[in-house]
Amino acid sequence: MQEASALTYTDFKSNQSVKWCPGCGDHAILNSVQKAMAELGYSQEEVAVISGIGCSSRFPYYMNAYGFHTIHGRASAVATGVKIANPELKVWQITGDGDALAIGGNHFIHAVRRNIDLNIILFNNQIYGLTKGQYSPTSKKGFVSKTSPFGTIENPFRPGELTIGARGHFFARTIDKELKLTVEVLKEAAKFSGASVVEVLQNCVIYNDRTHEVLTEKGFKEERTIVLRHGQPMLFGKDNDKGLMLDGLNLKVVKLGDNGITEKDILVHDAMNPDPSLHLKLANMEYPDYPVAMGVIRAVPYATYNAELVEQIEAVQAKSKIKSFKDLVFSGDVWEVK
Amino acid sequence: MYLTMMQKTKVIEREEVVVRFSGDSGDGMQLTGSLFSNTSAVYGNDISTFPDFPSEIRAPQGTIGGVSGFQVHIGSGDVHTPGDQTDVLVAMNPAALKANGKFMKPGGILIVDIDSFDEKSIVKAGYQTEDPLAEEHLGDYYVIKVPITSLTKESLKEMGLDAKSILRSKNMFALGLVCWLFNRPLEYTQTYIRNKFAKKPQIVDANLKVLQDGYDYGMILEAVTPSYHIQPADIEKGFYRNLNGNTAVAWGFIAAAEKSGLELFLGSYPITPATEILQELSGRKDLGVKVFQAEDEIAGICSALGASFAGRLALTTTSGPGFALKAEAIGLAVMAELPLVIVDVQRGGPSTGLPTKTEQSDLFQALYGRNGESPAVVIVASTPVNCFDYAYMAAKIAVEHMTPVILLTDGFLANGTQPWRIPDLSEFPAIVPPLVHQKKDGWYAYARDAESLVRGWAVPGTPGLQHRIGGLEKDYFTGALSHDGPNHQKMVDTREAKVQKIADSLPPLEILGNEDADLLVIGWGGTFGHLHTAVARLNEQGYRVAQAHFHYINPMPLNTYEVLKRYKKIVVCELNLGQLAGYLRMKFPDIQYAQFNKVQGLPFTSAELVDNFKKMLED
Ligand SMILES: Cc1ncc(C[n+]2csc(CCOP(=O)(O)OP(=O)(O)O)c2C)c(N)n1
Ligand code: SF4
Ligand SMILES: [Mg+2]
Repeated sequence: MQEASALTYTDFKSNQSVKWCPGCGDHAILNSVQKAMAELGYSQEEVAVISGIGCSSRFPYYMNAYGFHTIHGRASAVATGVKIANPELKVWQITGDGDALAIGGNHFIHAVRRNIDLNIILFNNQIYGLTKGQYSPTSKKGFVSKTSPFGTIENPFRPGELTIGARGHFFARTIDKELKLTVEVLKEAAKFSGASVVEVLQNCVIYNDRTHEVLTEKGFKEERTIVLRHGQPMLFGKDNDKGLMLDGLNLKVVKLGDNGITEKDILVHDAMNPDPSLHLKLANMEYPDYPVAMGVIRAVPYATYNAELVEQIEAVQAKSKIKSFKDLVFSGDVWEVK
Repeated sequence: MYLTMMQKTKVIEREEVVVRFSGDSGDGMQLTGSLFSNTSAVYGNDISTFPDFPSEIRAPQGTIGGVSGFQVHIGSGDVHTPGDQTDVLVAMNPAALKANGKFMKPGGILIVDIDSFDEKSIVKAGYQTEDPLAEEHLGDYYVIKVPITSLTKESLKEMGLDAKSILRSKNMFALGLVCWLFNRPLEYTQTYIRNKFAKKPQIVDANLKVLQDGYDYGMILEAVTPSYHIQPADIEKGFYRNLNGNTAVAWGFIAAAEKSGLELFLGSYPITPATEILQELSGRKDLGVKVFQAEDEIAGICSALGASFAGRLALTTTSGPGFALKAEAIGLAVMAELPLVIVDVQRGGPSTGLPTKTEQSDLFQALYGRNGESPAVVIVASTPVNCFDYAYMAAKIAVEHMTPVILLTDGFLANGTQPWRIPDLSEFPAIVPPLVHQKKDGWYAYARDAESLVRGWAVPGTPGLQHRIGGLEKDYFTGALSHDGPNHQKMVDTREAKVQKIADSLPPLEILGNEDADLLVIGWGGTFGHLHTAVARLNEQGYRVAQAHFHYINPMPLNTYEVLKRYKKIVVCELNLGQLAGYLRMKFPDIQYAQFNKVQGLPFTSAELVDNFKKMLED
């Protein structure tokens, strides 16, 4: 591992030239991932990057690691196989909002439910980029695109809600432009053992430019987002003077000082609470009613499928008399013809 | 001991006999049938069995839909099929007679539980009159009416069992009686009963008593009924056990894993009639098999492909509808050049079709069911026990040639059993994965062996060999993405050539029967036994008939054309509308092919084949 810790983010760059549109949010995410891996002390050969199909899914080609660019929607299933087969590998799944939540929705929820130890990085640009601009399952209702010229008439998925609904134990959100936060969140996700879903709000300059801009606008982002950190009060705002409280069963935005509210009244973030109700509320907060939650919203330790499988195999092997093919075929009714 | 005491009226010496046990699905006919088969196998006969389950799990009692049958063919020579018609039929109720009467051979023996032939049951079975035996026109048969239900009750009345448990032992009475009929010792069944119910001594005693009483009842019958004697078969020395096609497939991969030193991974989703492979391998944690029951067939194959990427012996198992769902991922395996075995246990199609019935439904799907020029190896097993050998070969070819291999079996093979001589692993060829351990100058992911065109397998975790693969076309020389037209042509040609090169190491197509023949009978897969029996029968009758049976369909054995060319008349026999025939016409268009096809969810019968071949010979 000593050698590994010497790697820098450039060591994770492959020799392929990056082909995303100039200004696409994917560039920044690629840099963040490479930086996070270097900071995590990864070595290149222990990393497997598995993707589906989409602009975002081109990602593995740009990584100096083992990579598999698979088929549309199936990244979770392939990544699951890789991780179960070799639990030693660090398996990162790169997927788009279409790839993970439309064609791959079934595989996504099951990978989450099983708590396979994957880092699932969901690039949410609320559009199908690669096929040039059709609405996606995360496009807001009414969204106008090439296939919804009069606006969509469907309700979008909220990735956090879906993850928690699928009994997910880790959900975090970040945004392409915020490199520092992204690196921080990616590292948390990597350290978490289990299916870690990181929704990265990503800008598609060509087909859905500025969808997330309200959250990144200079001078406003502190008012419109809140970065959650485990054990810290849920405060936000340029002057850190706003916070979240519970009002009955609902979250409420309050200002410190108003009605005698002090920091003590503000909720303290407990990402490790197994009860998902508050996490769900936090994940579902939308601007302008609420600040949008960034950071690690939920991170509850839980047994992983891949580790339990290994344990089960070892337990059975410790007890079984069958140790080889030969033992197997001679167990049961065997007779000899002389 | 009874054998020596008894003086039977008439002992018929036979080389082979077909017995069918049938009753309501709750009557335990599958168990009865397999105990009788195993008894015969242990005795030294060759056997072949065919279970015939109702497709509905809980069909109403006493109806034809609820009839469960188990047929076994036992012989003193080689037995290749479970038999067309039955010599001995056991019918536990009128519905069983109704469902199976038509399969009886004239002159055979029919054993019925006469207690169950009450008016209500007769009507339920769909008989028009009150006398089903007459309605079946059983004039030529020995009909043995045995009050099995009341004799069983009588036998157990002192045991203090509840009524349900007593009725459940009826099948042991029938089994005892059939064992008497065939001069079969009871030891095998007795041991089975003692082990199975070890914790319930009362049930052990009851079953043993009923079994013995059924056997003894035979002696009362002996004045009127003939019994059979079938010499043990002359079979190769060694250790044997009975094996069905699905277990054989599972074990073939276990053998391949051990031999290659690779961990076995199965990604699969349950589907009839392939589920037992998934179930068997799920239980093989003792051998370190990793089984992932996926959320659907797509995830099944994709997880397997992931495992293959990670350096494992990867497998997915399914039947027709699930196979259709796997098409896109098979294409990815072709493109990524990763080893992967896809087992398709074929069943009646299209769509959900006939889930529990057999059909050679998916040859075209295996060969062509993908987008683009997407060559996969297609291999077929032809008997329940050689499912083992072809599973092994499928794994060997997949791994050594870095290619997806499709292994076709079918419902008939999957559920059929045969005695299997337990092989030693040393009898099987080595499996040598083309693993790359170290970076050599100029190495890249798609660098190929000049001879076999196979690329190396660099497994994640190996330092220095990081690389990216995927479904997009790659440059022949660097492995980087490429949209160049001439390069695509070269890659398409190369992938095809790589698969065709496998033919160099395949065994030649064998000619069975009379080589110097007037008719060549061609088949593939699970029809082997019936075709072989028909061909042998014709040759015995003085006709000249040859047989060639395909196990390797893509690529084909190198001598295929040369074999086909030798015969003036060729008939391709399939349980579909002519998929192999169509394939052969495309590959070897200058040859004339006649066809014999059937799609009724059932195997061929040797008799219908014989009739048909005779007609062809006389034309
Ligand atoms: C089976 C299949 N269906 C459809 C497509 C076409 N397709 C490719 S990417 C894509 C959507 C990609 O959207 P998303 O996952 O959000 O990725 P993005 O390009 O936005 O990063 C579609 C519909 C395909 N490649 N394969
Ligand atoms: S189309 Fe959009 S998502 Fe795709 S590369 Fe261009 S900017 Fe990025
Ligand atoms: Mg998208």
